[in-house]
Amino acid sequence: MKEHKIVVIGGGPAGMAAAVAAYDRGVTDVVILDREPGLGGILQQCIHNGFGLHKLGQELTGPEYAAVYARKVAERNIPVFYETTVTALSPDRVVTAQNRDGILKIKAEAVILAMGCRERSRGALNISGSRCAGIYSAGTAQKLINCAGYMVGRRVVILGSGDIGLIMARRMSLEGAKVEAVCELMPYSGGLMRNIVQCLHDFDIPLYLSTTVAQIHGNGRLEGVTIAQVDEKRQIIEETRRFIPCDTLLLSVGLIPENELTRGAGIPMDPVTNGALVDDSCQTMVPGIYACGNVLQVHDLVDYVSDEAERAGIGAAERILNGDNTAETAKTEAGFGVRYVIPQTLHRDGRDVPLFLRVSRPFGKVRFTVRQGDEVLVSVKRLKAAPGEMEKITVPGEKLSKAQGVITVELEELA
Amino acid sequence: MKKELTCIICPRGCALQVTGEKGSLEVTGNTCPKGREYAIRECTAPVRTVTSCVRVANREDTMVSVKTLNPIPKGKMMEAAQMLHGIRVFAPVKIGDVIVDSLFGSPVVATRDVE
Repeated sequence: MKEHKIVVIGGGPAGMAAAVAAYDRGVTDVVILDREPGLGGILQQCIHNGFGLHKLGQELTGPEYAAVYARKVAERNIPVFYETTVTALSPDRVVTAQNRDGILKIKAEAVILAMGCRERSRGALNISGSRCAGIYSAGTAQKLINCAGYMVGRRVVILGSGDIGLIMARRMSLEGAKVEAVCELMPYSGGLMRNIVQCLHDFDIPLYLSTTVAQIHGNGRLEGVTIAQVDEKRQIIEETRRFIPCDTLLLSVGLIPENELTRGAGIPMDPVTNGALVDDSCQTMVPGIYACGNVLQVHDLVDYVSDEAERAGIGAAERILNGDNTAETAKTEAGFGVRYVIPQTLHRDGRDVPLFLRVSRPFGKVRFTVRQGDEVLVSVKRLKAAPGEMEKITVPGEKLSKAQGVITVELEELA
Repeated sequence: MKKELTCIICPRGCALQVTGEKGSLEVTGNTCPKGREYAIRECTAPVRTVTSCVRVANREDTMVSVKTLNPIPKGKMMEAAQMLHGIRVFAPVKIGDVIVDSLFGSPVVATRDVE
């Protein structure tokens, strides 16, 4: 069995940033395992621009953002095992992986989980109709078009208005396809407003809210879909059914953190985020195992993935160098209007702690309050809040060091 | 003139209001100077960065992603994408390599390395 100080599982934006941060914090024996032949993960197929504005102060495309971090990995000579799939992780940090050379076992002092997420598939939606060709998850279509140069269709309906669905509406249009509609089950879009503007409005693509695909039609290849509006219980309103001819249906209906290894190691999970429960250094409830990026919570901005991964990398390195953080801890919880809060536990060691959260539905002007009992730790106002846009609220360390009890994050609507 | 816009410069997506006439436009709702700049350009001569892929002739099933180095007129996006369809490049390609000298006023550069 090989031994390394830190093993990072996944070489996407989270894995790269975590490995670099751990190395720079002083633990140089770091390795990255990735199932692909190159670093970058999902960024390689995200050829659009808009990455790096926060983190790097410039607007880059996905592959360019990935290249910035791949260069940092290379400059530090951090070894990367390519085309290597991790098949198991044990709670005592033995990583089992497989590649062309056979089976690899590595015992690590710290493991950083950075496996990302995968797309929800048609099977999870229960759309009735035939099993014809022409139905893709949006990310699969993105990879086929942008990486392999294979155009997936000419006349397209997209179900789901998250950012990937919106980006693909523009991409398909630029490639010469006609995008007939983007349908969204919810009464609001899950994507960023800027993407609705530059991906739909720019190309005159209609967005139908509270609308779903009720039926798939086709023999061999997709011939069309029946779309229909839904009521407040998300049940189809029969009289609104209408047929749209198309040869391609793209599904952009949610991302699922890829946590099979995490569950296999018996790491406690958060049922809301579908990621591990973590502390402020991204350490899971199993000591020495950390989680960051989309495997912890599905992000909308890669810049925040890099930040989170750096905290995980630093946390893992500091535990190896200094031992466990023995400061007292406090739990966090989501209050009114808030769906979840990460981290779920934090240390009261005097350091500032950024809290990440999503709201449960769209709101106008709101005030977020972070409180412990009756004591208000932080209060911030926002002009609007939407489930598609992650919020970050930093709690000053000096407030935390005094506070006792559960920390609640809640919002109130302002007139 | 009165116009409502969503700023697309960053993920914040500020709701902008533009009033006045060409040459003396008033912008409100922006939280940074870039928003004002975007609103005025959007009402006078809107531009967009176009990203796409071009085929690598000497590699099987391989594309190199590209972008216009500067934004081009919004009305020319489709035409620009069409013109990029016909382009073939030969590997190796490095990030920043110029693929097309000028497409509607902007160079087109590679955004990925292909060895």
